[in-house]
Amino acid sequence: MLAYVGALARLTSQAAYYAFVGPFRGRPLRLGRAFSQAMEVGVRALPVLSLITFFIGLILAIQGAYELKKFGAIHFVADAVAITMTRELGPLITAIVVIGRSGSAFAAEIGTMKVNEEIDALETMAISPVQFLVTPKFLAMILMLPCLTIWANFMGILGGSLFGVLKADFTFVEYMRASVSALFMRDIVTGLIKSVMFGMTITAVGCSEGLATGQGAESVGKSTTAAVVMSIFLVVVVDLIFTSLFFFAGGI
Amino acid sequence: MPNPIANADSDVMISLHDLRVSYGDREILHGVNMEVKRGETLVILGGSGSGKSTLLRTLVGLEKPSSGEIWLKGKNLASISDDDLDEIRRKMGMSFQSGALFGSMTVGENVGLPLREHTKLEDSTIEIMTRLKLEQVGLGGFEDYFPAQLSGGMKKRAAVARALSMDPEILFFDEPSAGLDPIIAAGIDQLILELKQAFHMTIIVVTHELASAFLIADQMVYIDKGVIIAQGTPAEMKANPLPRVRQFFDRVAEPEVEQEMDYLQMLTATHRRPNR
Repeated sequence: MLAYVGALARLTSQAAYYAFVGPFRGRPLRLGRAFSQAMEVGVRALPVLSLITFFIGLILAIQGAYELKKFGAIHFVADAVAITMTRELGPLITAIVVIGRSGSAFAAEIGTMKVNEEIDALETMAISPVQFLVTPKFLAMILMLPCLTIWANFMGILGGSLFGVLKADFTFVEYMRASVSALFMRDIVTGLIKSVMFGMTITAVGCSEGLATGQGAESVGKSTTAAVVMSIFLVVVVDLIFTSLFFFAGGI
Repeated sequence: MPNPIANADSDVMISLHDLRVSYGDREILHGVNMEVKRGETLVILGGSGSGKSTLLRTLVGLEKPSSGEIWLKGKNLASISDDDLDEIRRKMGMSFQSGALFGSMTVGENVGLPLREHTKLEDSTIEIMTRLKLEQVGLGGFEDYFPAQLSGGMKKRAAVARALSMDPEILFFDEPSAGLDPIIAAGIDQLILELKQAFHMTIIVVTHELASAFLIADQMVYIDKGVIIAQGTPAEMKANPLPRVRQFFDRVAEPEVEQEMDYLQMLTATHRRPNR
């Protein structure tokens, strides 16, 4: 497990090298590929992510109200939804949706290329597979995951407002005002820092599972499954690490 | 450290000394020695699992040898830095068995990729060069097709065009005619002969297609269980008396080891209970 995490860290640092240092050392960055990855990872994820996080926000509001009602504090439902979404569930649900859509796709794409000798072909053409394949995905992920997370936070709050308006005597504007005033900048920022870390984790796991694909078509399926399971696990671990870090070390 | 043997004869393009390659604990190549001269076409023959593909993968730097030396353009691939290896690879072209074209790119983008990555040429120049390379392999006008839209033989040709795109000094082919019908396979052989005559490239071909091997080879090596057991010109190979080589050239199946009754006994013995 430690060796595996070490390999992920190595792959991430290589991708980061080609993204941030390479361009200054005569290895130009191909932004076109990063852009098309960003479209795939980010923009195309919007419909499903919007729907899921809207429902999650609604569920949070209902579950929150169940408890808050006992204390006659149902008007705190807006605060509860806003804080839980931005600090925790927004980044996490976004990461899980992106793992399902893109982490698996990275592993499948690179795995298929491995089986078809395309990775070998890149190497014999003196093109680094990390630079060519991993770096654009890495850039797309660390850029798009925070964006998606902000959108997910918003959709979650919107989902909560449905309950707030229908069952907690809020008007829509009041609910939104309550949500905004409940949030501090640090809630949003900690969520975004997490989402960048999740993006790195998902890219590293998806790509390294793809590159580790063995022979034959069935091994592509195996890498894809491994990428999804491993990414979900590691994203939760990273989440735990950062949540505790923010809480115990930063007091936020 | 310059290699004294390579310096003595500057016509030697590649020389291998006691090359050993292992996958994990299993040694695949047990000490291979050979030389390839500039402008020569070498055919590496051998049965399935003989180690011939491993030898080719080692020559292009995809496998690291466990010991021995591979001298190529004055550098030892066994102890080369990544940057030097990339430098040498820009002078190599490799055509893979499956073609290994990038499915997400058109044929033209595939062929132009090395130029796009390694040169600062204008896009329009790259387009012209791509078209020229595709015409060289008889695929003019197929720039905008995707690899999935091409037949097996056309994919191989496109892969050759991509291998040629950096004007390599050495061209490697892994099973160029595998999986192709005889007419298309003959076309690929013809293409290899044309490349050799027109550009005096050093060409290394791994194959088990005998007709094709005898047609294109200047030199042949026959590899069996990880060692080269015969080498020479096609004429010398035809006259080689070694039983393993004869068996391969005459297409004789492996002799049965066991007698029929021994074989049956072997099958049943493990299931027979002592008290019956």
